[in-house]
Amino acid sequence: MKKFVAIANLLLLSVPAAAIDTDKAFEDPELQARYEHIIEEVRCLKCQNQSIRDSNAFLAADLRREIRRMLDDGMTDAEIYDFLVERYGEFALYRPRASGKTLILWLAPGLLLLAGLVTLVMVLRRRMAMPIDSDGS
Amino acid sequence: MMLRYILLIAAFIGLMAVFSMGLQRDPGELPSTYLDKQAPRVDLPALKNPEERLDNARLRGQQSLVNVWATWCVGCREEHPFLMALAARDVIPIYGINWRDQRDDALRWLDQYGDPYVISGFDGDGRTGIDWGVYGAPETFLIDADGTVLHKHLGPLTDAIWQRDFVPLLAGGAAAP
Repeated sequence: MKKFVAIANLLLLSVPAAAIDTDKAFEDPELQARYEHIIEEVRCLKCQNQSIRDSNAFLAADLRREIRRMLDDGMTDAEIYDFLVERYGEFALYRPRASGKTLILWLAPGLLLLAGLVTLVMVLRRRMAMPIDSDGS
Repeated sequence: MMLRYILLIAAFIGLMAVFSMGLQRDPGELPSTYLDKQAPRVDLPALKNPEERLDNARLRGQQSLVNVWATWCVGCREEHPFLMALAARDVIPIYGINWRDQRDDALRWLDQYGDPYVISGFDGDGRTGIDWGVYGAPETFLIDADGTVLHKHLGPLTDAIWQRDFVPLLAGGAAAP
């Protein structure tokens, strides 16, 4: 019982896991919302399957700091994404913008679906044109 | 009917080829966005003598290397002997960007292992690193005499990589040492 109480006490005393981004929030809630949105959209280049919101790599911390600075300077979201793409390429964004090099990324799923549908229609048509087998096998 | 099977097998082999090529590429390695463009801005106080600066003017007039390094970076320790050897051969001036480091640690490192750099800029807060699109040290940029980026290498430099990727781009061409 003593043990149980001790464990319960420890659990009650434990602090919830601290968020990775420990910087002070913006005073303007709108800026804070934009900040939180942007850091989720930006890939940590060092740890490529994490956004800079989720990564504690120091590069992610540096990029968060730069994004804060840019928001403070009154830059628009588009300008901030441009800043990152200029330095790290479209790869830095989880949703690369549709332009030139990345166009195929955006078009490929649609084109593949279309190709599948066309094939399906062709196969079905050919089947329909075939004579129905009389012995039913 | 035969044709259909041949097509299927060909498609399968093609897919395997694409996959095996993909497996051999390192997804961690990104090309520099500055290739064939002007090198990004740099204006840093020198590590050894803060009165001096590493700026873009220094990177013009002749080809040069810009090596991003730090004392916490294992790969930098690995490539250091090669940089020393390269500096000794006097092929090309090597400039350092000491990235996100502590000044004292960096100075001690240069004392201990030797200093291959003409000058090392001190980028303590990593802002110049971001401007250069640096995401993992060591990174080495080959800058042309007019200030354009000819090549970027990610990871420790070795003689083999130097011969293969850098030497053909040197002003003297493959004839250069």
